[in-house]
Amino acid sequence: MRLEARQLDFGYRDKRVGSGVSLSLEAGEVLCLLGPNGSGKTTLFKTMLGLLPPQGGTVLVDDVDLRSRAREEVARLVSYVPQAHAAFFPFTVEEVVLMGRTAHLSLFSSPSRRDREATLAAITRMQIGHLAESVYTRISGGERQLTLIARALAQDARIIVMDEPTANLDFGNQVRVLQHILALAQSGIGVLLSTHDPDHAFICADRVAMLHEGKLARMGVPEDAITAASLRELYGVSVEVTQIETNSGVRRTACFPLLQRQPGMTR
Amino acid sequence: MRGSAAAVLGACIALVVLVIVAFAVGRFPVSAADLASILWGRLTGVEHGLDPTIETVVLRIRGPRVAAALLIGAALAAAGAAYQNMFRNPLVSPDILGVSAGAAVGAVLGIFLSLNVIMIQSLAFAFGLGAVGLVYVTANAVRGHDPLLVLVLAGVVVGSLLGACVALMKYLADPYNQLPAITFWLLGSLASASPDDVWSTLPLMLLGLVPMWLLRWRINLLSLDDEEARALGVETGRIRLVVIAAATLMTSAAVAISGVIGWIGLVIPHFARLLVGPDFSRLLAVSILLGAGFLLGVDTLARTVARIEIPLGVLTAFVGTPLFLWQLATARRGWQ
Repeated sequence: MRLEARQLDFGYRDKRVGSGVSLSLEAGEVLCLLGPNGSGKTTLFKTMLGLLPPQGGTVLVDDVDLRSRAREEVARLVSYVPQAHAAFFPFTVEEVVLMGRTAHLSLFSSPSRRDREATLAAITRMQIGHLAESVYTRISGGERQLTLIARALAQDARIIVMDEPTANLDFGNQVRVLQHILALAQSGIGVLLSTHDPDHAFICADRVAMLHEGKLARMGVPEDAITAASLRELYGVSVEVTQIETNSGVRRTACFPLLQRQPGMTR
Repeated sequence: MRGSAAAVLGACIALVVLVIVAFAVGRFPVSAADLASILWGRLTGVEHGLDPTIETVVLRIRGPRVAAALLIGAALAAAGAAYQNMFRNPLVSPDILGVSAGAAVGAVLGIFLSLNVIMIQSLAFAFGLGAVGLVYVTANAVRGHDPLLVLVLAGVVVGSLLGACVALMKYLADPYNQLPAITFWLLGSLASASPDDVWSTLPLMLLGLVPMWLLRWRINLLSLDDEEARALGVETGRIRLVVIAAATLMTSAAVAISGVIGWIGLVIPHFARLLVGPDFSRLLAVSILLGAGFLLGVDTLARTVARIEIPLGVLTAFVGTPLFLWQLATARRGWQ
């Protein structure tokens, strides 16, 4: 399966956010979108999910225009993990995940036992079984993020779009989420995610796309696309990108921000 | 889950007790045994040998009033539960979109023009639906903002315009004849509920309730962020339209026979959520039970505690406000 943006202009009727973006993602692949605050990552995602109408160009799933598909059909193909948010009513984690089954239910039906089983499977897979009965509004940000990923899993789509899944998480939860993303891709699910940390792209992405002022600035495998020059262009800061080998023999490319030191500063 | 089953059972028992009490108090007390034999006689045709006055009280006077209280309480609470879910706000009530204000204009206009009771009720019903329609169309015409926010704002604006219309008609009304009738209606009462009222309202209530029950799972998702719900496969615009139409139908049918009764649609779903959580299928069932019981209890008080009838709208506010404040102060589990 394949999700594709073709010459996509996106934004709102009175405010164009970005234009001419072409990118595609296969099931089983991790594509990481980098870009500074306000570069249009969320708007691009919402347009690719069919939540906002394209201002030009098309979004295609398996070469069929998204707009020609019903809402439920789109939801069975592509799922969405929004940034962890506050909920309005105290649903339990299990009920929140169960909402992921909606696209598989006919208009008038409620979740069946099979839907509950799929929900439990998703909860188990995200290793949050101990939270199933907890109230979603009372768990931590990291636990909410895992719950929303479980909901996307219960939705049973081949492609998951995640909007900054590691934002606002502590170090441990960031690593946990990245681990899950890697596992999802290995099980054949395509993941399109945005992040603020280029190192996350080195850790889990097959390809990287860079969004700069609404245009696609660069795309490729992380080791080619993420360079000192491209990061300077994207974020306006000095970064050194180096391949390192750890004591235990792990090789990975990583980013090292270079800070200006004033004379007299001790560090 | 076990807790919610106990809550439903408790609410059912309380409801039966309230019905028995409602018949047993008042100027012509009817004992539970008399009530049972009259109803049994009615069902099977068996002669019960009781005073025909008691039969008239049960079947023509108190019975319709009890039935109307149950029906209207249930309808207002169900509509409130749906509105609260949809507007993601536990402080929203069925009149948020101007149903009550519209119905009030219709009824006051009917009284002002000295029309008969049926015409007054029809006008109340039509204006209630019309007001919400106007709000909905206005909100749809304003684009580029959060649709829910625009809907609520349009409701506030249309509601205050309609309030001004009511004020104008009160000002112009005959102070000896019409003004008391208008005031009485605006305060809400079931004193004149007739069997015809009950039978004409019942189908409208069911017509509103059935789509709400059928769509109960999708209504859960309306409480999420709009884009999130759509990403999960819900056509939020269409479902919201159906739920608004259903809740409005129920509310305006209720207001047309009882006048304006506040607080039920706000307080009851809130309590129901505390008992069984936010899942709409359970919330709807428990709201209906509690709403029916609450209005029956309040109406029984209204006709028994004082020499004259106390207006229902006044009593629901006096009973509802402290309950709600106590609730807010002691527990926050209902929403955050």
